Amino acid sequence: MSALADRFSRLTSTGLVLAVLVLAIVLGAILTATEGRNFFSVGNVSAILVATSVLGFVAIGQTLVILTGSIDLSVSYVVSLTTVLAASTMDGDPGNVVPAVLLALGVAAAIGFVNGAVVSFLHVHGFIATLGMGLIISGYLAVNYAGPTGDAPRSFAVVGATRIGPVPLPALIMLACALAMILMLRRTRVGHHVYAVGGNPQVARLSGVRTSVPVITAHVLCSMLTALAGLLLVARTQVGNPTAGAQGQYDLMSIAAVVLGGTLLAGGKGNITGTLAGVAIFAVMDNVMAALQTDPFLRDTIRGAVIVAAVAVYARREIDRRPARFERPGVLDAALQEAK
Amino acid sequence: MTDTRTTAPLPYSAHGPLARVLAVLATPGGAVLLLAIALLVATIAANPNFGDPGVLIRFLGRTAPIAIVALGQYYVIVSGEFDLSMGAVIAAQVVIAGNFIGEDESRILPGLVLMLLLGAGIGVVNGLVTTLLQVPSFITTLAMMLALGGLVDYLSGGAATGNPPDKFREIGRGAIEDVPVVDVIPYQLIILAVLCVAAAWLMRRSFGRTLVAVGDNPDAAGVSGARVWWVKTQAFVLSSLASTVAGILLVGYAGVHPSVGQGYEFMAITAVVLGGVVLGGGRGWVLSAVAGAFALELLFTLLTALEIESTWRDSVQGLIIIAALAVSARAWTLGRGRRTSPPTRTTPQPTAPTPGTNTGDN
Repeated sequence: MSALADRFSRLTSTGLVLAVLVLAIVLGAILTATEGRNFFSVGNVSAILVATSVLGFVAIGQTLVILTGSIDLSVSYVVSLTTVLAASTMDGDPGNVVPAVLLALGVAAAIGFVNGAVVSFLHVHGFIATLGMGLIISGYLAVNYAGPTGDAPRSFAVVGATRIGPVPLPALIMLACALAMILMLRRTRVGHHVYAVGGNPQVARLSGVRTSVPVITAHVLCSMLTALAGLLLVARTQVGNPTAGAQGQYDLMSIAAVVLGGTLLAGGKGNITGTLAGVAIFAVMDNVMAALQTDPFLRDTIRGAVIVAAVAVYARREIDRRPARFERPGVLDAALQEAK
Repeated sequence: MTDTRTTAPLPYSAHGPLARVLAVLATPGGAVLLLAIALLVATIAANPNFGDPGVLIRFLGRTAPIAIVALGQYYVIVSGEFDLSMGAVIAAQVVIAGNFIGEDESRILPGLVLMLLLGAGIGVVNGLVTTLLQVPSFITTLAMMLALGGLVDYLSGGAATGNPPDKFREIGRGAIEDVPVVDVIPYQLIILAVLCVAAAWLMRRSFGRTLVAVGDNPDAAGVSGARVWWVKTQAFVLSSLASTVAGILLVGYAGVHPSVGQGYEFMAITAVVLGGVVLGGGRGWVLSAVAGAFALELLFTLLTALEIESTWRDSVQGLIIIAALAVSARAWTLGRGRRTSPPTRTTPQPTAPTPGTNTGDN
């Protein structure tokens, strides 16, 4: 028993999230089986993977932003904006696909840059800066788009429908992006700085880190990944929908997925693997609830309960395990006191 | 507390009242008053009708629900947490008012008690999950929002149900008639005024002081003997109760629909932050949060008065919030800069108390 407890306490938070995911899959498979359906059928697995990919893009970006200690509430409006921009630029012409994709990514990058610049140069809390940005975009959408617009050509829609074995192409693209971001966080200077700034911006600055660079980079990457989510929605529905983001609640759900994945909301601690597991837990949950034909209104209630329960399991441990910061006054502290 | 002062008085209290007022207005919490007054003047300039006392007081009454929600949100934010469940709580209370009270006048009082109890219960759950289970409050209250919203939609079928008796709706839309000068005094405004006085009083009590200390540095407050978990839980209870009161008022003129209250949590957070209260806790005044709510509503009114297309309102609101916060962020930084300036200055400027969670000026 104590060996088990010991092993439990040595489990990293990512390990724990993956364990929760496995648990969710096992439970899901059993529950789906009671309805006489096969959870692991090719169709079902690829449905889950497709469901994972849209929120996955957003959540990967959100992870980067949260790691720097900021937060991005504008993502759902960025999703809406990119769907209408891309769909109306394509307008059924296969020749316009590349410009449309570039336009969507470019606009998103600009939005991310403004977010990051406002957060790091004007010192506005990320919560308010991106809430304001979301309002600005929502105003623009309300003025210019009354309903679904544009038309994606077949050649673009094929991206959303292609499958390689049971794995849909969008999920592969999402995983490739995740891999790239993991490498960025682990191998590049800016990736390390993301953690440093998120952990303690003052210390990072005093250590010679230009704190604005990782913050802006994270915001730009987040918005661009969100644009990919929007493009994927266009590929699947073939139209641009100005309320796509609000319907998906990508802002709050991506934050929930990030925290479910073991990333500290305060920043500086966490990783993308956990986030992906968090997104997958949501997808499995939704899939099972759909199979069980749960009342759509009650699904939100169940989601809320699961989020709190899952986060509660490891939130406590994570905080308890942090070493005490002020165990005994060091030489430096004494010197500082003296200087005062 | 014995008042034996052994040190020299702080420069803050060494100046005359005028200097102190100016010093207060220079902080974000005071500047929001200037912002509100400026917006009021601009609105009256754009629409002279708005200056009429009768119109003005009705506007103030209309703003009461959002101001009350901002009051509640203030307690949670100043303790270093978030409450995203406010909109869902309002919706739940509104639906309860519609279904439980129904058309039955004799159930008004039990209904009110039930709503307040439920509000307190939601606050306790939010608070305990956040403090004892250590789930970040953003997630706790987000989950509460999802859970409660789903339940409300499930129970009401997502559509308007019930129509409480006029006597109940009177709380939200009634007024004392035939008052000289202002014509009417809406009940909402009276409730808001009472709550404001109570809130200001509460913040000067040991609870309020402890709350700010907990928001500034929970570890230090805990070591000093504050029961952090209990103080924060109380803040969540106050917040949910504020949503409940707002819900009761909203039944009056918005009717019963599960979508009532949607977006109030973000409006409240915006109002509180506009009032100079710092996200992360430990800084800001409770009445500034109310002033922030009025500034926000005045902004909407001004945009309407200027005949800006209603669809653009969101964008303008977003821009102004970011701009206001950018300015107030600079104001806090300037205050800090002055404190660390070399002591060659002969007349030290009074600065607002800027308790530093930051350690950059050591």
